[in-house]
Amino acid sequence: MGFEIFPPAFILLIAAVLICLVKGHGRTAVILIAPIITLWAIWQIPDGVQSTIKFLSYNIEPLEGSPVRRLFATIFAIMVFVGGLYSFRIARWYELAAAFAYAAGAIGVCFAGDLITLFLYWELMAIFSTIVVWCGGTAGARAAGIRYAIMHLLGGVILKVGIEGVVVGTGSIQIQPMLATDFSTWMILIGILINAAAPPVSAWLADAYPEASPTGSVFLSAFTTKTAVLALILLFPGEPVLIGIGLFMVMYGIIFALLENDVRRILAYSVVNQVGFMVVAVGIGTEMALNGATAHAFAHIIYKALLFMSAGVVIYRTGKNKCMELGGLFRTMPLTCVCGIIGALAISSFPLTSGFTTKSMISQAAVDGNLMWVYMALAAASAGVFLHAGIKFPWYVFFQKDSGLRPKDAPWNMGLAMIIFASLCILLGIFPEYLYSLLPYPVDYQPYTVGKVLFYLQLLLFSGLAFFVLLPLMKRTMTISLDTDWLWRRAAVSLIKLIEQVLGAIGEVIAVQRVRLQKFLHRMAINYLGQPHTADSKERGVFARSWPIGTTALWIAGLLSAYVLLYYL
Amino acid sequence: MINDEKQLHWLVRPTTVRKLWIGSSVVLTLVVLAQTVIYVKGYFGFDAWFGFGAIYGFASCLVMVLVAKLLGLVLKRPLDYYDDPQQQKKQESSHDKLKENSNGV
Repeated sequence: MGFEIFPPAFILLIAAVLICLVKGHGRTAVILIAPIITLWAIWQIPDGVQSTIKFLSYNIEPLEGSPVRRLFATIFAIMVFVGGLYSFRIARWYELAAAFAYAAGAIGVCFAGDLITLFLYWELMAIFSTIVVWCGGTAGARAAGIRYAIMHLLGGVILKVGIEGVVVGTGSIQIQPMLATDFSTWMILIGILINAAAPPVSAWLADAYPEASPTGSVFLSAFTTKTAVLALILLFPGEPVLIGIGLFMVMYGIIFALLENDVRRILAYSVVNQVGFMVVAVGIGTEMALNGATAHAFAHIIYKALLFMSAGVVIYRTGKNKCMELGGLFRTMPLTCVCGIIGALAISSFPLTSGFTTKSMISQAAVDGNLMWVYMALAAASAGVFLHAGIKFPWYVFFQKDSGLRPKDAPWNMGLAMIIFASLCILLGIFPEYLYSLLPYPVDYQPYTVGKVLFYLQLLLFSGLAFFVLLPLMKRTMTISLDTDWLWRRAAVSLIKLIEQVLGAIGEVIAVQRVRLQKFLHRMAINYLGQPHTADSKERGVFARSWPIGTTALWIAGLLSAYVLLYYL
Repeated sequence: MINDEKQLHWLVRPTTVRKLWIGSSVVLTLVVLAQTVIYVKGYFGFDAWFGFGAIYGFASCLVMVLVAKLLGLVLKRPLDYYDDPQQQKKQESSHDKLKENSNGV
């Protein structure tokens, strides 16, 4: 009973409370120091279950260490530090507090040794990430936050149903590899996949993240989807369904990003695309694939946060977030531009960036598994990533036409945060060994062979050529794209309105008929029972008249004879 | 004309842009020609063909852009598609209120 080791998640939770309580430099100190203490605490957790608590009849294991758990927690803690550095001067205190509590949930999930702990931290993330979305402050952010909360609470309920089923079925709350074979395991898988922005509900991500504040979306991009990837690695390695789902996500992300005009929404769609790569890897499920998924998640958090940071600076400085309104910013924002380009190259897995050394492991796993179509689809997707994020993002924001905007470059803290992440992108690209040595399984993989580099250079550079050749086809329009969320944002609303109308019409008909029936009954009553005050009995209703006693006696005799007759029949 | 060119940032002067196009064309050609001396290991046979990466990269991008374009015809809607007309006025006023805000650190 009790904690031999203090859970790292609690450090961030305490920090979140402190952010609310202290002000000024004290708050800055909390924001910058707490993630470092958390990181230290993460590396104090040895492998295996560290503490158990008896709860009802279950053994709760709030802390379980393993290399893959530690690696995810590490990148989350780094993310909190750099995200805190990026946002502490412009973000409101409650946004930072919510972001820290949200990160605490993510780190808690990393070390959850049982399904109940996992679920608790899962919900913690759902609640505080919703608050981060709301901190966008606009009416759009409020509405998107509500949709986001509904989606994630629904996902939580589905996950809980699955967990209950597994606990009842197996009697174990352990987190252990399983396959989606029966109802409850399917429910767990679906609950996790909702957080991974898998189809058919991928739309929540691109709906909510761009509505958050420029600083909030940096935090949002990191945690929810990647904890879902970790949960998939721990619970569903080698689940074949995931390959198909992942490939769909990869292609979905590219196509929708190509249609998009909002800068951060482009990046949000490419989160779905990148998580798709990881989901495919978990679906392949070999050691190489799981290493690839872990490494890619690690690298992805860095370059995706970097991209959101550079977009965030642009939005903070210009107040504009549409490709059509931006352009030519490289003149006055060289640092933001260069960092954005480094992030864009990394996400496109350009050689010498972190994307190349990590994403190519997933392709290698597909080759090893002799999955030709998966490999070819991933190669096509790599080209597509370069198209939609690698070139499109920097091109429309920093180059294309001159928008006439001459904003200042990033403030020092935002610039420093971007430089740290940009350096990490390149560092992991040149010295991948550092990351490889931390991966859950031993790595026997050489990312840089001349032939492979040449293949990827051809692939990427010619997709770059395709971008500029096809530029006329990609003219930006001031539009949004419909997604499956149309079903509940528009179709369901229309359906409810229709049902309301139908019910209203039925109600009206009933009301009219009721009045008619009332009048009819009233008429009948007057007809048969009416007793106008008159001496003449003939003028009264049939049953209200006074009849001679003889008639009554005749009726009684008739009825009694009928009764006797029926009795003997 | 010369003055116009001088006023532009060097990166967007027509002469620079022309040089960039020429430079990129040379790089693209070299990347394909390099396959004559460098062996690209194919995993499934056809991916070792000469210039396969280049053609595959270009073609898959072409397909994706065209698919996106076609889907766009069906899926694109104006920005205010989901907005409730009655809510729009409220939204504008609250947006102004919350425009500038700092946490005072």
